Amino acid sequence: MSAERTGDRLFRAATAGFAGIILLAAAALAWQLARESAATWKTFGPAFLWTSTWDPVNEVFGALPFLYGTAISSFLALLIAVPLGVGAAVFLTELAPQRLADSLMFAVELLAAVPSVILGLMGIFILVPAMRALGSPYGVGMLTAGLILSFMILPYITTITREVLLTVPRPLKEAMYALGATRWEVVRGVSLPFARSGIVGAVFLSLGRALGETMAVTMVIGNTPKMSASLFDPGYSMAAVIANELAEAASDAHLSALVAIGLTLMAVTVVVNGAARLMLDHLGARG
Amino acid sequence: MKRTLNLITVAVLLAAPAAAQMKTLNGAGATFPYPIYSKWFDEYHKVKPDLQINYQSIGSGGGIRQITERTVDFGATDGPMSNQQQFKVDGKILHIPTVLGAVVPAYNLKGVENLKLSGSVLADIFLGKITRWTDPAIAKLNEGAALPDAPITVVHRSDGSGTTYCWVDYLSKVSSEWKKNVGVATAVNWPVGLGGKGNEGVTGLVKQTPNALGYVELIYAKQNDIAYASVQNKAGKFVKASIESVTAAAAGAVMPKDYRVSITDAAGETAYPISTFTWLLIYEKNSSDKGPVLKDFLRWMLKDGQAMTGALGYASLPGSVNAMVAKTIEAIK
Repeated sequence: MSAERTGDRLFRAATAGFAGIILLAAAALAWQLARESAATWKTFGPAFLWTSTWDPVNEVFGALPFLYGTAISSFLALLIAVPLGVGAAVFLTELAPQRLADSLMFAVELLAAVPSVILGLMGIFILVPAMRALGSPYGVGMLTAGLILSFMILPYITTITREVLLTVPRPLKEAMYALGATRWEVVRGVSLPFARSGIVGAVFLSLGRALGETMAVTMVIGNTPKMSASLFDPGYSMAAVIANELAEAASDAHLSALVAIGLTLMAVTVVVNGAARLMLDHLGARG
Repeated sequence: MKRTLNLITVAVLLAAPAAAQMKTLNGAGATFPYPIYSKWFDEYHKVKPDLQINYQSIGSGGGIRQITERTVDFGATDGPMSNQQQFKVDGKILHIPTVLGAVVPAYNLKGVENLKLSGSVLADIFLGKITRWTDPAIAKLNEGAALPDAPITVVHRSDGSGTTYCWVDYLSKVSSEWKKNVGVATAVNWPVGLGGKGNEGVTGLVKQTPNALGYVELIYAKQNDIAYASVQNKAGKFVKASIESVTAAAAGAVMPKDYRVSITDAAGETAYPISTFTWLLIYEKNSSDKGPVLKDFLRWMLKDGQAMTGALGYASLPGSVNAMVAKTIEAIK
């Protein structure tokens, strides 16, 4: 056996080990969360997920208002950020002069680097009074949280979509132009369909971020565990309740319920990412 | 060259014993007394340069958990440990009262300067039974004040907190309905209202939202120049929170042997009804290198430390309590 082949093997074993650590870490995380929240699942069963009382004094816990808040605020964020982000990416790749596009991209990347607590402060001092001026009774609430989240995910959607749009083969576009197509027809007929799977990927990546965002949401969502039909009303999210109550959770039942929320949040994220993977595979097979 | 080496050797020899004697104490818990605690630990370090006291203000609940698991040398809390919590402790934990603070109803009403509220009105507002500022119950207490015909925006803490504990402890003493339906804890199931994170979160919401009513610590309200209401005490007098009125509340309390006492709704003409002690949690028996150090610090805290409280907005322990604590800490080993 030559020395080179031994080296190859070692290299292979080492890198496999590194990859294994990632799996191990994820598994350990899930196991620990499940263990610490066992008491909650035992007491409330799966009904924990669809009951809506959160009473630390009498130790009655239900996660529904938090699930609802996380889902609605993230969905709102996508609703706002996806058209904006995709539109901006189209402008940056297809329409803007190179120089302008470069400086705009720099600004977008800068936005991605803003820490979320700073965005939360901006929310409290600018967005909340603005929302109140627009007729929201409190200023804080579900819609405000959705807006802050959309700020946060906009750079992801824009950057990734732009990268994918740049990979659209030039000959395809030129062929369309040669046939007399307008810019709009080229974007709609060639660029966007070609980039479809990449855009879906960007959307799910952003959704993952929006679901787990803690600080900025806590600062503007209103922190009220109630489900309300109005987007102006305050709500609560899973990540926010953990951040708020973990430090002072004095009873074991309260602590366990918070960890159960953490496990639920992790499960939701896994499902979302799994769905994204399936969808990408599906799109890839078709395109 | 050789001289430099010699100098270094001398320096090392001198420094080594000093480094070996350097002691640390670690504590964790309540955020409410954090400003005075960090001042004390800083000043005490100047008195005893070989002792470093570290304090993490992670919240009362965290403080109780950590001292129970003995991961810190002392804990700190704004609400006394429950019997159930004490039952879990391996050993005996002493509650050492250190300073007093108060929680005030902070409000945002244009043109209303001296709002007066009573306990039952506060409870009804936080229960969602009184929803407008023009409610007869509020108007009766504030004759002549230009109360707006608007809904009350209730603001409470979203994070678990000793401030909340003191506030709901008071509400449950003045309202049987609160006691029955909501109860007392560092976090409760609020019937109405918005949640703000921390004193700063509540302050921000109250300051920004017209017609809002929330609760914050007295020190915080003073530092941030927020209007706060006077509250009717047990004797029927309207009292605004101040160091004097908080001390008056403490003076009226009958102190039990284990110091686990609530002084909300205290008797006394000048007592402010939403006041509280804050405690250090210390094991009676400590390891031989920690116990005497802790005891020394507590002795200093009762004498020199108490003189520093006023400047930071805390009320110091009344003389009788101070004398009682001085005896208690002698039991620490």
